[in-house]
Amino acid sequence: MRHPRTLVALMALAVLLALPAFAGKFYVELTSKILIMAVFAMSLDLLVGFTGLVSLGHAAFFGVASYVVALVSPASEAGSLWLTLPASVGASALLALVIGAFALRTRGIYFIMVTLAFAQMVYFVFHDTQLGGGSDGIYLYIKPQATIGDWSLINLDDPAQFYYTMLALVVAAYAFLRMLLVSRFGHALKGIRSNEQRMRAAGFNTYAYKLAAFTIAGALAGVAGYFAAVQFGFVNPEILSWHQSGNALLMVILGGMGNLAGAILGAFSFVLLQDFFSSLTKHWQLLLGGFVILAVALLPRGLIHTDEALRAWRERRQRG
Amino acid sequence: MDASIFLIQVLNSIQYGLLLFLVASGLTLIFGIMGVINLAHGSFYMLGAYAAFTLSGLTGSLFWAIALGVVLAVVFGYVLEWVFFSFLYRRDHLQQVLLTYGLILVFEELRSLVVGDDVHGVAVPAALSGSLPLGSTMTYPIYNLFISATCLLVAALLFLLLKGSRLGMMIRAGAANREMAQSLGVDIALIFRIVFALGVALAAFAGMVSAPASSVYPGMGNQVLIICFVVVVIGGIGSVTGALVAALLIGFTDTFGKVFLPDYAGMLTYLLMAVVLLWRPEGLFRPTTG
Repeated sequence: MRHPRTLVALMALAVLLALPAFAGKFYVELTSKILIMAVFAMSLDLLVGFTGLVSLGHAAFFGVASYVVALVSPASEAGSLWLTLPASVGASALLALVIGAFALRTRGIYFIMVTLAFAQMVYFVFHDTQLGGGSDGIYLYIKPQATIGDWSLINLDDPAQFYYTMLALVVAAYAFLRMLLVSRFGHALKGIRSNEQRMRAAGFNTYAYKLAAFTIAGALAGVAGYFAAVQFGFVNPEILSWHQSGNALLMVILGGMGNLAGAILGAFSFVLLQDFFSSLTKHWQLLLGGFVILAVALLPRGLIHTDEALRAWRERRQRG
Repeated sequence: MDASIFLIQVLNSIQYGLLLFLVASGLTLIFGIMGVINLAHGSFYMLGAYAAFTLSGLTGSLFWAIALGVVLAVVFGYVLEWVFFSFLYRRDHLQQVLLTYGLILVFEELRSLVVGDDVHGVAVPAALSGSLPLGSTMTYPIYNLFISATCLLVAALLFLLLKGSRLGMMIRAGAANREMAQSLGVDIALIFRIVFALGVALAAFAGMVSAPASSVYPGMGNQVLIICFVVVVIGGIGSVTGALVAALLIGFTDTFGKVFLPDYAGMLTYLLMAVVLLWRPEGLFRPTTG
């Protein structure tokens, strides 16, 4: 078989397209949630997998967009998608620009810790102050409308329409990131990941490239955060917690770093696993922790490379 | 603000700073010497606090609980390094982050299974339960002074160990150049195990000794971990002196921040980090061992 992975991807896409036809509302909504997480994971993969920047604070950009849509939406009528989405994504992008400007002054292990610390700061802003309702959070009672004149383009209240919007979003994000990565900009990022000093010696302003990648990733995380708030209807500080950042990182590495399809696979695997484990026992985090350790130890290249890992294992056995 | 209130805040700052130092010193040593980022470090603090609760319940005395707890922590750290962390040295930072993140989840749930999720208090021993008068109207708990004193003592011992003992010399040699130290006959694997056990014991001790003064609750490890990261970033990775200075700096910023700007106190530590980053992205001090 020439391109098994493409075939699998197409089959998966077909199943996803047909999902609302055979699955109940619960599964459609769950899959919508997973698709939102997939966009979040892909945005982080741009940083971690392609630029080599391990950010442990990515949830800050996700959460800020959620808060902004809840805050700017009018209380008694639907906001406009055309206004609220750019506002949310703009806020995330701006925050990413500011945090990135500071954080990218550091490297390696410092960078990991600094991104975590800044995200924690953002968490405290929303948790301790009344800006977003403090630890109680705020509700988004009416979902935004996407209207042109009197004609409503999408009804986000309808689970199936919301679902297809999310599916389109994932495809669009994937296409956007793909285009970005094959461009000169994308190649520069990969060069930075592989050897930053060499890139600098070649005359690239690596700080600017990294900051641009950080901002784009933050903005994309904001898109995911926006729709997460729209779907759930409620935003609280936990959406910015470092557990959320840690989970995103898990999704990326679980699926396979440096691979957009891997990020999507990671999102599916993680959310489904989390659901599965929590249905088994109250202490599901133990299972999740154990699973994380096993997965990172045994499949360092991620699930998407399972076929390679299996092949390598089989070859090692044959060689004896 | 009058003199006695000011003095109270200063004492609180020092206490908080010293406790942070104990936990952060372990983190910075483990990272500086072994190159491993350990997200589970905060869990050792939490486990220490819960151990103090359990052991003082069993033995009836906080002193014995702490003594026993430190021994247990050293053994636990030694075994943990051997079984788990020694495999992390060759892995990249991202994998270390995730593996230790998984470890946090495991520790939290194990604690939940064994001891439960309740918030607990630990009784202050009778000998230390009084208060010292400060000025005409204020008093200060003796136990809090005890915490600061013990932390100061442990800090002094740590410096003495690192700078003035053969073991400390081997540790610093191993950190500066692992292969060279090994070829000169230093058993690096053993040194690493000792350093790790030391780090765990420091964090656990901090948790144990502060348990009577603050409550013992499930999320305490994660809270302290992130602040310790800030301590290490400000102080410089691998620098114990830097950890001390940074921890005290944060202790003062946070404590006085809570007094003057209560709504924003949580953010001040991070703002401090941002300022340091503008000025010295590698931290304030060079590594102790480099």
